[in-house]
Amino acid sequence: MSQGANQQEARECVQSSQPWNDPDAVPFIRFEKVTKKFGDFYAVDDVSLDIYRHELFALLGGSGCGKTTLLRMLAGFEELTDGKIFIDGVDMAGVPPYERPTNMMFQSYALFPHMSVETNVAFGLHQDGYSKSEIKDRVADMLALVQMSKFAKRKPHQLSGGQRQRVALARSLVKQPKVLLLDEPLGALDKKLREQTQFELVNIQEKLGTTFVMVTHDQEEAMTMASRIAVMNEGVIKQKGTPFELYEYPNSRFTANFLGQVNLIEGTLVDDDEKYAIIRSDDIGGDIYIDHAVQGHEGTTLWVALRPERLRLCTEKPEDSAHNCFGGKVEEIGYLGGLSTYHVRLDSGLRIKVSEPNTHRHNEPRYTWEDRVWVTWETGSASVLNQ
Amino acid sequence: MSEIKPTLKQRFDRWMIRHGRVLVIGLPYLWLFLFFLVPFLIVLKISFATAEYAQPPYSALFQWVDEGVNVAINFGNYLFLLSDSLYITAYLNSIRIAAISTVITLLIGYPMAYGIARAKGSTRNLLLMLVILPFWTSFLIRVYAWIGILDREGLINAALMGMHIISEPLIMRQTEFAVYIGIVYTYLPFMILPLYSTLEKMDGSLLEAALDLGCKPWKAFLKITLPLSMPGVLAGSLLVFIPAVGEFVIPELLGGPNTLMIGRTLWNEFFSNRDWPIASSVAIAMLIFLVVPIMYFQHIQGKTEEAGK
Amino acid sequence: MSGKRSIFLTSALCFGFAFLYVPILLVIIYSFNEGKLVTVWAGFSTKWYVELFQDDGMIDAAWNSLRIGVMSATLALAIGTPAGLVMSRFGRFKTRTMFSGMIAAPLVMPDVITGLSLLLLFVTMEQLIGWPEGRGMTTIVIAHTTFCAAYVAVVIQSRLAGMDSSIEEAAMDLGAKPTKIFFLITLPMILPALMAGWLLSFTLSLDDLVISSFVAGPGSTTLPMKVFSSVRLGVSPEINALATLIIVAISILIIIASILVMRSERQRSRQIQDDPGIVG
Ligand SMILES: Nc1ncnc2c1ncn2[C@@H]1O[C@H](COP(=O)(O)OP(=O)(O)OP(=O)(O)O)[C@@H](O)[C@H]1O
Ligand SMILES: [Mg+2]
Repeated sequence: MSQGANQQEARECVQSSQPWNDPDAVPFIRFEKVTKKFGDFYAVDDVSLDIYRHELFALLGGSGCGKTTLLRMLAGFEELTDGKIFIDGVDMAGVPPYERPTNMMFQSYALFPHMSVETNVAFGLHQDGYSKSEIKDRVADMLALVQMSKFAKRKPHQLSGGQRQRVALARSLVKQPKVLLLDEPLGALDKKLREQTQFELVNIQEKLGTTFVMVTHDQEEAMTMASRIAVMNEGVIKQKGTPFELYEYPNSRFTANFLGQVNLIEGTLVDDDEKYAIIRSDDIGGDIYIDHAVQGHEGTTLWVALRPERLRLCTEKPEDSAHNCFGGKVEEIGYLGGLSTYHVRLDSGLRIKVSEPNTHRHNEPRYTWEDRVWVTWETGSASVLNQ
Repeated sequence: MSEIKPTLKQRFDRWMIRHGRVLVIGLPYLWLFLFFLVPFLIVLKISFATAEYAQPPYSALFQWVDEGVNVAINFGNYLFLLSDSLYITAYLNSIRIAAISTVITLLIGYPMAYGIARAKGSTRNLLLMLVILPFWTSFLIRVYAWIGILDREGLINAALMGMHIISEPLIMRQTEFAVYIGIVYTYLPFMILPLYSTLEKMDGSLLEAALDLGCKPWKAFLKITLPLSMPGVLAGSLLVFIPAVGEFVIPELLGGPNTLMIGRTLWNEFFSNRDWPIASSVAIAMLIFLVVPIMYFQHIQGKTEEAGK
Repeated sequence: MSGKRSIFLTSALCFGFAFLYVPILLVIIYSFNEGKLVTVWAGFSTKWYVELFQDDGMIDAAWNSLRIGVMSATLALAIGTPAGLVMSRFGRFKTRTMFSGMIAAPLVMPDVITGLSLLLLFVTMEQLIGWPEGRGMTTIVIAHTTFCAAYVAVVIQSRLAGMDSSIEEAAMDLGAKPTKIFFLITLPMILPALMAGWLLSFTLSLDDLVISSFVAGPGSTTLPMKVFSSVRLGVSPEINALATLIIVAISILIIIASILVMRSERQRSRQIQDDPGIVG
């Protein structure tokens, strides 16, 4: 790929940096009502999903929710029970894995134990019949990219976990696939190395412009790396969107809970006028005021989702706030360094979690056990969920 | 990739992709079907024939007569087996001898397997190799070794008489006792290996947890180790029991003339009496008894295979 | 480990190994006995070895056995390897239960039944299609191949079961077709199992008496058949000598094989330890 073409692509990339919002954009990968059954068990159930060129798309979900199965269907290792998959406009039905324009980085890395790092990386190129010299150059470039040139002659068992991960990445990237599939690429690394590698992966992805589809069960990893995320549960996609959309506008209790911390308060819609929607909750012992429109009519049961960091604590009841102010007692304090979290038992008996940044060095926490406090939040801070 | 003119290699590749799977399954399937399964059907067929002085020495089951196929099924062989107490005795003897030997093998093999599994790294490998080594050396020679030891003029008698402990040589060879020794001796590795592999896989912390919760070591063994090693016990016992029922060489070389076992009876019917139909019905009778343990063995094999994945 | 238990286990091991090895050692010792009687030590001599090598019948039988062993082991590998592959990598197919049954059953089937049934098959086949003509080496090789293939299948299967199947998937993902994957990836990785399977088949074939006796014909007497007919008559020093040779040959083979395996493993772990660049 020449320098000019690279820049050209980069420009296009910026122009259409949100192709999912552009009705004319053509999806690069398309899942159409894809279903996979193992016996009677639905591992993936009627999933439709569009992924665009140059995206780093993350499939996020708990263990056994069907992420790997979805990825393996894209790679061609599992046959679909129903539905269709298109890559770059081509129907993938009946196309075997070795003819698909995808390459996969396996959860276990799956390096060939009897081949050196170099031969491992060269394997895919050999299959396509490239000339010796070209293979040599491309392998060398790739190893340089993942900083493994020094270890070219080693066998996989002579490498550390992080180094194996780099070799697996190099091996799957060297064929310049249209799509790179990553199954928990960082699962085997420790926390520090994982964070460092996350950024390296994103850098490599930006440099090459390859479309990445990544599976992970780590929500922080998905948020840091992905352009968009699909949250899965029991074979179904619960919600998809940018990390921002998912965090700020979850569409269900499941996503709200899955991404970050949340307080969920059940209530009934009692009033929905121009200024406020009012949700009455017995749990919290009062009315919650929301300053944006709420779906549903009066009498609908709803859930109010409140992120702990959007709540404020104060020792005296603030005078200006007529709305969303509830008294309680501090029950537990968790000191996390940058943050402290407080569990407050409200007068209604509901326990609510509040987190506050520790912006100053205090000699002791600002609040202590059994302190009488008030929990307040702005009317725009809460999201309201229908399911 | 051009679709217009596939080269020979491309054609071959395509053919392999379409039929390769069938080919890989087909070869062993066909072989085992032809040389393992079909023979049993033939044995079954011939067990219903009558012996004749002919080549081969049995009557044809189906005969082409003018008006069609004449089927001559003869249950006589089975009735004969039932009527002659010789066969029933041999049958019951085999089961009894095989069962007792299996229990003895288990009693000797379990502590050995346990000891090996508890041993440290290199010692463990050495001990394991020592168990496997005799398994590779000739079975016949291992049985033969006991002839020299148990014989009337054998080493034990010579030693005991040399030390004046006995004045008359003990009769040890050509007894059931010698058969037990032979079976236990030759089949011991088959018992130890599956036992070892379950015991070795067992998580040591389970036992520690039991001790930690106040269980006495002996009780911990009974309540934790033994139940968890049950698959190994079963696999090992079946690996000893099933072949032991049909054992021929050991009763022939170490047993006496009246140590009747079913494998020996079959051999004699076949080689001495040249009565192939009776030999076949003896084989079928043996198989009927062994079918359940064999299927159970296969079931365990399948389970361990799945657990391995 | 508590003291009492370790004493019990140690003595069980000592007793067990004595039980396994003393008879073999006695055979070896008495093969060097000058006299003909087992019980009397008449001085050291190698005359029974000399006699053994002059016994033409014995030498012929040994040759037969070796040839049959090599042929059966090789054929068993050709049939058992795909069988093991099918069992561990092909997932479910319609008649899988029957297939796995045909692999597990020969492992425990009493020899007399296998021998008789194969003989009857050969006789029937000769009647129907004229092949195999009479009985001899061919029929013995077929018979041995059948039960050895089952052992090979089990060895290969357990090796493959311990191997991550995503390694083969990775090769496919990188563009290799199934046949190529087998030769480039699977085969090199199961090579030790293949060698073990071949050796196991070879010794099993060399060792078999009962099945061979059923399916052998004139002129295809194997070593165990020859030994059996002379052992029936009692102990003979010549057989002691033969037994010693077999035991020594096989022990050397096995010990060399396991030393090779151990050394390559040790080398591997040393490479990891010595290399400072590996971590980080
Ligand atoms: N070959 C198979 N046969 C039967 N069931 C299967 C098979 N493969 C997967 N499943 C089932 O399908 C479901 C989804 O599996 P999948 O591997 O996609 O989960 P996952 O989301 O990747 O989980 P994890 O985070 O634990 O890797 C699981 O319940 C699993 O038990
Ligand atoms: Mg997974």
